[in-house]
Amino acid sequence: MSELIPPVTSRDHVRGDPSGLVTLVEFGDYECPFCGKAYPVIQAVEEALGDRLRFAYRHFPIADAHPHALLAAESAEAADAQGMFWEMHDLLYEHQDALTWPDIMQYATTLGLDVEEFERDIRTHRFAAKVRADRHSGALSGVNGTPTLFINGFRHDGPVDFDSLWSAIVDGAGAGFYGGA
Amino acid sequence: MNRTSILQAGLEAPDFTLKTTPDQAVSLSDFLGRPVVLAFYPADWSPVCGDQMAIYNQLLDEFQSYDAQLLGISVDGVWCHLAFARDRKLRFPLLSDFEPKGGIARAYGAYNAKEGVCERALFVIDRNGRVAWSYLSPSGVNPGADGILRALAGLGGQREVHP
Repeated sequence: MSELIPPVTSRDHVRGDPSGLVTLVEFGDYECPFCGKAYPVIQAVEEALGDRLRFAYRHFPIADAHPHALLAAESAEAADAQGMFWEMHDLLYEHQDALTWPDIMQYATTLGLDVEEFERDIRTHRFAAKVRADRHSGALSGVNGTPTLFINGFRHDGPVDFDSLWSAIVDGAGAGFYGGA
Repeated sequence: MNRTSILQAGLEAPDFTLKTTPDQAVSLSDFLGRPVVLAFYPADWSPVCGDQMAIYNQLLDEFQSYDAQLLGISVDGVWCHLAFARDRKLRFPLLSDFEPKGGIARAYGAYNAKEGVCERALFVIDRNGRVAWSYLSPSGVNPGADGILRALAGLGGQREVHP
């Protein structure tokens, strides 16, 4: 069974309760249509689980198939440098058909980022190594397509719909899930 | 056929010569001295985001850091491979186990006679042409690269990174 390597650390983008019972990790590509379909499903899971869940996102751009995937991933990191990772993440997934450079500069403006700094970070590929490190962790972890999800450290091989994820999460969480701590 | 009958570690990897384009062929023995990753897969043209070959293509530098050569093998013909490789921008050879159909897959125990296609089966061949690791993927689940990378790391010796 494929396991997440390395586990979630402080270098990851995490939202939700850091002490949550369940850790969901997605390896995704902002231009991948299947990741686009997974996006609202994961949001629904986050909402349903509330403080029992922490959600972490790592990049796995399939650049040969998706010409804007690397730019989008680096843009999310550049937004992160200004404290806006998740805001950019959401905008990218909500506009998968508009991921060109002018589109992304527009999102940076919308978010109120320092666009000069943002543009410089993109042009110098300041965060290319971070994106590569995420992809490397995906290689070691057995990522086999996008999106690939890990629930409490183990790869989820089932479908990515709410019911499948829910039952996998309940199984993965074990006895504590309904115990109500 | 028995799904657990793939060639196991320690055995000599059967040599083969298979076409990769209409006028080029590749032999396993061409790569003696380097690790080889053989990835048998059922068919070209599965959807891209979950396509095993597209994912491995994205991870070629991971394999290359062990100086390993990746070879994809299916029963598709060379013209099909050519179109598929071009479409997915693949930077490693796809071999055509076309005539006799699945002959090499059978030699590795990686042929699904019922469906008439290769299983999703992975082999890491060491520098001396022996199977160092093999893995038959459960039906319907794409194997990632984690097992391959662990096996390559386990070969030990100096990492000889190709220029």
